[in-house]
Amino acid sequence: MIQYFRDNQDQVLNWLAWHAWLSALPLVLGLLIALPLGWLARRYRWLYPPLVTVAGLLYTIPSLALFILLPGLLKTRILDPNNVVVALTIYTVALLVRVVADALGAVPNEVLQAATAMGYRRIGRLLKVELPIAVPVIAAGLRVAAVSNVSLVSVAALIGVPELGQLFTNGFQLSYQAPILLGILLSVLLALLFDTVIQLAARVLTPWRRAVAR
Amino acid sequence: MITDIWNWLSAAEHWHGPDGIPIHLKEHLQYSLIALLIAAAIALPLGLLIGHTGRGGFAVVAIANSFRALPTVGLLTFFVILIAPHIHSTGEATYLIPSEIVLVLLAIPSMLTNTYAGVSAVDPAVRDAAQGMGMRGSQTLWQVELPNALPLIFSGIRSSFLQVIATATITAYVSLGGLGRYLIDGLAQQDYPQMASGAVLVAVLALLIDVALAVVQRYAVSRGITGRYSRKRIVDPAEQKAVIAAAPLT
Repeated sequence: MIQYFRDNQDQVLNWLAWHAWLSALPLVLGLLIALPLGWLARRYRWLYPPLVTVAGLLYTIPSLALFILLPGLLKTRILDPNNVVVALTIYTVALLVRVVADALGAVPNEVLQAATAMGYRRIGRLLKVELPIAVPVIAAGLRVAAVSNVSLVSVAALIGVPELGQLFTNGFQLSYQAPILLGILLSVLLALLFDTVIQLAARVLTPWRRAVAR
Repeated sequence: MITDIWNWLSAAEHWHGPDGIPIHLKEHLQYSLIALLIAAAIALPLGLLIGHTGRGGFAVVAIANSFRALPTVGLLTFFVILIAPHIHSTGEATYLIPSEIVLVLLAIPSMLTNTYAGVSAVDPAVRDAAQGMGMRGSQTLWQVELPNALPLIFSGIRSSFLQVIATATITAYVSLGGLGRYLIDGLAQQDYPQMASGAVLVAVLALLIDVALAVVQRYAVSRGITGRYSRKRIVDPAEQKAVIAAAPLT
């Protein structure tokens, strides 16, 4: 496996970079879309059931099917990596909408009243009080999405998108274990890296939690 | 695109013969059900046991969760080239056995962690009440803990089933049958209507199975737990945990 890595270092690192990009970008986009949607579902209660239902339905679509259907809907080429980004963004949003809505909903009422009494307006209260308190729950949802994205990206290798999944298809065609093991190892490491980054970010964003722990 | 898919799906030749939709649908369900049943036979008793005794829960959940980070395509290709050469049989079994192993491995984590979480999340007061009524350990498990844990157990079964349906699509790549054939063959033949139709079939199948399981869940779970007696919706804190614990799909 190490030998294989040495022989194909440039190619493998290129795939690794693509893999990281294709799984990280949807995570960021998905979070940016899910935050306002989750807030809407909380603000206007009647929106919650339809949003959660649609999210659940989108989540049931198998990824390979979505990778193949999107080019037809978006008029992109089958090989276009943007299809993967869009598909994974859909999954991330589907997972996070409910998490964001529930996390905002779990902010204690006393806290909201205290914030209002201190003079926070709606937007300020949302950004400075409600969202920070919701960070741990949202981060937990984001970690699930991150690990799942890293695994899903490799499915796109079946339709020829360049990323670590190419190691699996190459290894399969050559009946050669080394590239497959290398691919599994690298994608697990990548998932671990994302997981750690999200946990660290959540820690930095919630300093009061550490104060309590001490 | 929609007309292409409609034309492909309504063409009579796609509904007959060895490459017809009914055959591939049957294969897809077969692969999925075999894996799901084996996985359930392992995960459900184990989850009930560790939830009931409270022993080893942390380790089992940690192992099951780390399984989710493994890329499905990688596992599938790895097991096929590892095992297939050792199976001296003609036909499908060569690829079927390694693929089923992977499907089972992927189906276990959701069911196991959710069953464990469901049983261990049962209110201790409820458990004490059962003991106070004179129930023995096994009676508490079957008559109190299991019914209380059913909503979470069902959500575990549903995510496992979806995971298996999605991964069974990918097994077409390692030369098995199933609806994934249309996706893989369509790609090889540059036949987009075939691929897109196959994708629609898989998506509809996943959706129908999820809806069917949701209906079963509605009738299997006691009304005392779902709160359907009252008009007020009871938000179960365990339900929120279930969202976080939902497995990534393939």
